[in-house]
Amino acid sequence: MINLRRNKDLAAVEGRRIGLDSIMTVLAFVLLLVIVVIPISMIIYNAFFFEGKFTFGLIVDQLTRSTTMSSMWNTVKIGGLVTLFGTIVGVFYAWLLGRSNIPGKKLMRSLFTIPYMFPPFLGAMAWDLLLNGRSGYLNRWLMQTFNLSSAPLNINTVWGIVFVEISYYFPFVFMQVVSALERMDPTLEESARIAGAKQGTVIRTITLPLVVPAISAGALLILISSLAHFGVPAILGFSQGIFTLPTRIFAVISRSGGSFEGIRQAAALSILLVIVVALALLLQRKVLSSGGYDIIKGKSMRPTLINLRGARIPLFIVALVTLVVIVIVPLVMIFLVGLVRAYGLPLRPENFTLANYARIFTTSGTVDSIKNSLVLAISAGVISMVLGTLIAYVVQKIKPKGTGVLEILSVLPYSIPGTVLAIGVILAWSGSLRVNLYNTLWIILVAYIARYLSFSMKTSSAALLQVHPSLEEAARTCGATHTESLKDITLPLIRPAMISGFFLIFLPAMREVTTSVLLYGPYTRTLGVQIYSLRDAGMMPQAAALGSVAIVLIIVINAIVNAITADRKGV
Amino acid sequence: MAYVRFENISVSYGDNQVLKNFSLSLEKNEIMCLVGPSGCGKTTLVRCLLGLTRPDEGEIYVDDRCLFSSKRRINVPAERRGIGIVFQDYAVWPHLTVKENVAYPMRKKRMKKEDIDRRVRDVLKQVSMSEYINHLPGQLSGGQQQRVAIARALMSSDDLIVMDEPITNLDAKLRDQMLNEIRDIQRNLGTTIFYITHDQKAALHLGDQLAIMNEKGELVQIGSDEDIILRPKSRFIFEFIGVTNFIPLKRVDSGYKLDLGREMIPWPESVPEDAEQIKLLEMGTRPNDITFDDASPIRAKVKRAVFLGSEYDYFIELGDREIRVQQSTLDAALVGVAKEGTEVGLRFLNPHYYEAKRREA
Repeated sequence: MINLRRNKDLAAVEGRRIGLDSIMTVLAFVLLLVIVVIPISMIIYNAFFFEGKFTFGLIVDQLTRSTTMSSMWNTVKIGGLVTLFGTIVGVFYAWLLGRSNIPGKKLMRSLFTIPYMFPPFLGAMAWDLLLNGRSGYLNRWLMQTFNLSSAPLNINTVWGIVFVEISYYFPFVFMQVVSALERMDPTLEESARIAGAKQGTVIRTITLPLVVPAISAGALLILISSLAHFGVPAILGFSQGIFTLPTRIFAVISRSGGSFEGIRQAAALSILLVIVVALALLLQRKVLSSGGYDIIKGKSMRPTLINLRGARIPLFIVALVTLVVIVIVPLVMIFLVGLVRAYGLPLRPENFTLANYARIFTTSGTVDSIKNSLVLAISAGVISMVLGTLIAYVVQKIKPKGTGVLEILSVLPYSIPGTVLAIGVILAWSGSLRVNLYNTLWIILVAYIARYLSFSMKTSSAALLQVHPSLEEAARTCGATHTESLKDITLPLIRPAMISGFFLIFLPAMREVTTSVLLYGPYTRTLGVQIYSLRDAGMMPQAAALGSVAIVLIIVINAIVNAITADRKGV
Repeated sequence: MAYVRFENISVSYGDNQVLKNFSLSLEKNEIMCLVGPSGCGKTTLVRCLLGLTRPDEGEIYVDDRCLFSSKRRINVPAERRGIGIVFQDYAVWPHLTVKENVAYPMRKKRMKKEDIDRRVRDVLKQVSMSEYINHLPGQLSGGQQQRVAIARALMSSDDLIVMDEPITNLDAKLRDQMLNEIRDIQRNLGTTIFYITHDQKAALHLGDQLAIMNEKGELVQIGSDEDIILRPKSRFIFEFIGVTNFIPLKRVDSGYKLDLGREMIPWPESVPEDAEQIKLLEMGTRPNDITFDDASPIRAKVKRAVFLGSEYDYFIELGDREIRVQQSTLDAALVGVAKEGTEVGLRFLNPHYYEAKRREA
């Protein structure tokens, strides 16, 4: 034993130092107060208090307007339909790719996750270009070919919105269920076969019930996302006067030109949206209430694949067509329209030009928007990663009094629609609390951190749970201080999770439009906002060109992420 | 004076009092095994010694250095206690190589690089892991990871190592091997080892001294292996340490009779005085303390005989009761194996007398 430090032991009398643990705990609480509690409280305050007095007036006023009621009804209808059909589609393809002998599984699996990265509002733009009631390319072609007097298909309807949202949200269920199916203990199904059940009976009575928790987790994600979704209904619905609550809030804000009255109305609408989301969550919990099963074994065992026999090729074609429709068609459409000289010209090579792409890099507004999005996505990613890990550490390892509150506060913004969060951030940080961040990038950053904090908090939490306390304790007994044990042991062990947490935030932040469309100022347009405004101004080819750049950017970054994470698994 | 001293340690988690006024001493250069059933507070005691759990009250000394004292408000932080620990789950850091794992304690002491390298090589040789020096723990088996953990503990301290159920996760054969290796290392280095286990066999195998705890977290006996096996202080220890047979004794006139349910037969041995005070008396024996003797008046029937290589294990019907008897293969060769279904006479050696447990009706 070395005696160098022994004289210090005399100073090891208790109670003199403030521990690292208590610093982290206090920090976690303060940060969540600022980032989450204040904006949410501001919405509630402004929706229920008028000139310092409590009143239901504002809410009642909103509820008596027919526009509000129709937006609410649209929100619920679209959310419900998207969840229902998205879940069905997701489960079907999860089973097909996870458990059958359909050809080309590996490639199809990665293609099926593309919609997950693809910004839905770009998809909506693509479908609008194809199937717009008046001017869609496909509609015009159909009218010419079959001599029709009116457009046969119209995407600018509630069903059109539902269709586009399904194609971007079904991967939530697909990915959850496919991984549950693949990791399911195959003996569960084999025992049923041995007990005399037919293939179909096994699927119906064993496989499906066992993946219900995964299905319901995925369906919940679809429901929350769809109810809060802004991009698709904004692009497809505005022209036809079809509003959902998030797009109505946006319309109220933009029509009022930033006046306080408009923001108060938006606050009241936000409360209604939160209520709708909360009711939907309750309902969903009732419908899909089920205990979790421990069906997943740690050992990797290959589940038996089901032979589709004669249905193999037809089902393969169905899957292929689905992929072409939801992935390839919108992608190609955006790239092609980005090439045409002027909007409306037929998509023929003689009309193509690279000028739109060139203009992206020469127009300062557009270049700035790419820069802004990069700066925002990187800083939101880094900050949320650090804060999320800090909170996860406090929740998982320190477990102070009020851990539950901490946990709820950090996950809460996830189920709060981005539109509502934006209203809260406007109310909190544009001067009313003596801090004015309006029209700066900071206000968007604060909103992003609140919105994405739970992503990194969840991945870091899961990683920290894997780090057994004895690993840190072993370091302590080896002579490491608390700080050193964190630095030498815990942080290196959860580093991969922190990095994947970063990209989980970086990618959606890169293409974000819902919150930034409410928060941007003249010099703080984001990539999403810029595409949206270009389209709004009728500059369709430029919007499409910028959209293509965004897609390429996201695909490249995603490929880099996959390469990095694949590398890490090898260690 | 003892090398390690726990004095009146009390620990509670919320309302749950785990340890109350617990005292225990360890002598230098010996292996002390602390044995007790799961959840009796063994691990809590270890955590107090390491500085990972703060006792509510009491004092802890190692080599006259006070590590904890509630009265004097001393609580040396874990990193300055300089005690080696081997955890049940090894706690080998998965992101560091064997070398980095083992070198960690010395790096924290800011030793010179050459010194560290030399020590690491020495210690890895001790635990026969030299060839794995640059492996990551994921590439090692459970037993090898355990060796790394022991090597790391040796780097923390040559003087005192705590092992908390270090071999529970290994298979039976490897367990024996590891126990022998731990024993050898201790003999070579003279390290004091505080070994915590719920497995009385491992404790008997390893310990110079055994300390037995009951499920209430009280220390019930300290002694050598012979003390514990031959002279258990209480029925709890007697039962805890191995397989036992109990037969009630009834007082009849001036003597005692074995209560076999449907009949009573006179008990040929004399009952010690202090046992005579007990109302409901039971006689306890271990299976290997019962021998076959055709001359004995205690008659029984062999129900089943199992040959286990080094011994025969019998299930024997004695009246309405079933008892276990063990016969070493050597004895069996000398006296003969009792066949299933035959009648035998039994003789009880080294009987213990305890109060009967209250049985539920």
